[in-house]
Amino acid sequence: MAKRDGTSLSPELKQAEEPSELLRELVAHLRQNRTQLREEWVVRITETRLLTAMTKEEIFAEATSVYDSYVEALETEAFEALQAYARNLSERIIPRGVETHEVVGIVLLLRDVLARSLFAKYQNDFKKLNRILDAYEPAANRIANTVAVGFVQERERVIRQQQEAIRELSTPVLQVRERLLILPIIGVIDPQRARQLTEQLLRGIRTNRAKVVVIDITGVAAMDLTVANNLVQTVEASRLLGATVIVTGLSPEIAQTLVTIGVDLGKMNTVGDLQGGIEQAERLLGYKVEKLAEPR
Amino acid sequence: MEVPILKQGAVLIATFQAALSDADLNHLRMGLVQQVVKFRSRAVIVDVTAMDVMDSFASRTLREIAHMIRLRGAETVIVGIQPEVAFAMVQLGLTLEGVATALDLEEGLAYLNEKFKTAN
Repeated sequence: MAKRDGTSLSPELKQAEEPSELLRELVAHLRQNRTQLREEWVVRITETRLLTAMTKEEIFAEATSVYDSYVEALETEAFEALQAYARNLSERIIPRGVETHEVVGIVLLLRDVLARSLFAKYQNDFKKLNRILDAYEPAANRIANTVAVGFVQERERVIRQQQEAIRELSTPVLQVRERLLILPIIGVIDPQRARQLTEQLLRGIRTNRAKVVVIDITGVAAMDLTVANNLVQTVEASRLLGATVIVTGLSPEIAQTLVTIGVDLGKMNTVGDLQGGIEQAERLLGYKVEKLAEPR
Repeated sequence: MEVPILKQGAVLIATFQAALSDADLNHLRMGLVQQVVKFRSRAVIVDVTAMDVMDSFASRTLREIAHMIRLRGAETVIVGIQPEVAFAMVQLGLTLEGVATALDLEEGLAYLNEKFKTAN
């Protein structure tokens, strides 16, 4: 039977310890010395100039919960829970401007601080220290890995969300008259945005019961063949919903692209500029615009 | 599967159900033209609102129906194609070229009214 302070009664009995028993022993040690080890860790964090975006109080508060989660993960080996915790933590600190290298850095620092304390505790029993480290290292590495991956996953989620928001903002479908929609497109259209555009427009046609749609591409610098085809498909799909599409603002380059891919321009209604497009749309819808007086 | 065909004055309205087999479509093709002859209809509205997929056979059948009905001097309007279905169709190159389309039954009837007015 091994004694709690790490020394053994007899050499033969040293082999009796299970890895899980060792883990329990080191977890107990980490819990007992929690305050001191956590403090040491925070000092190291400040020394290495990590988490500069956060105040000392904030670092201390987060450090406490990270320390406890770390030790709990060592004890329970519940890495899914740890990953969920890491994503949660990331959700909080990413908006504060914390970077990946900082998160990985502080977790590795904690690993080091705890490892050193194990060296100190078992310094008189090299064989036991080795066994303790055999139990500690794989778990500690897995923790570092889990936290880093959790952080990166959360970052990627935020980026995807922002991309989606940008895409939505940049393709508004506007109703300017009864039955008349305008879709002003600005910027670069990649195939994904083109697809999203088409879906948004078709839904808009159905919701607003539009009979005419003016798609203005004045703000589009260039269009590759894929996107040009998407535009043609958008026109055809709109027709299936009973709406006529007028395309306005084609630059000479885009006109060239359309001719090159052999777009039957007889099938596509095009007008030079947005103003002309709206005027034609109004005619199609049976409107007549009359000027009654001069602007004041 | 029986497809209900209603008569509204000079217009026949056929409402397609969600899952029509190829046999149903073939049956419908003959049936609709026979009805046009029997009632001397001037137009047919085919309402496909309930169809959540449109494959190439269905698309071709609709075009053939429109052609056959035109040979009887009548007009066909396809209404109720859903946005997702329209998107899928154009990606497959099924554009229903040469066949009139409208958003829904109301629009289809309005379109025909206009057409008959200017024709008379």
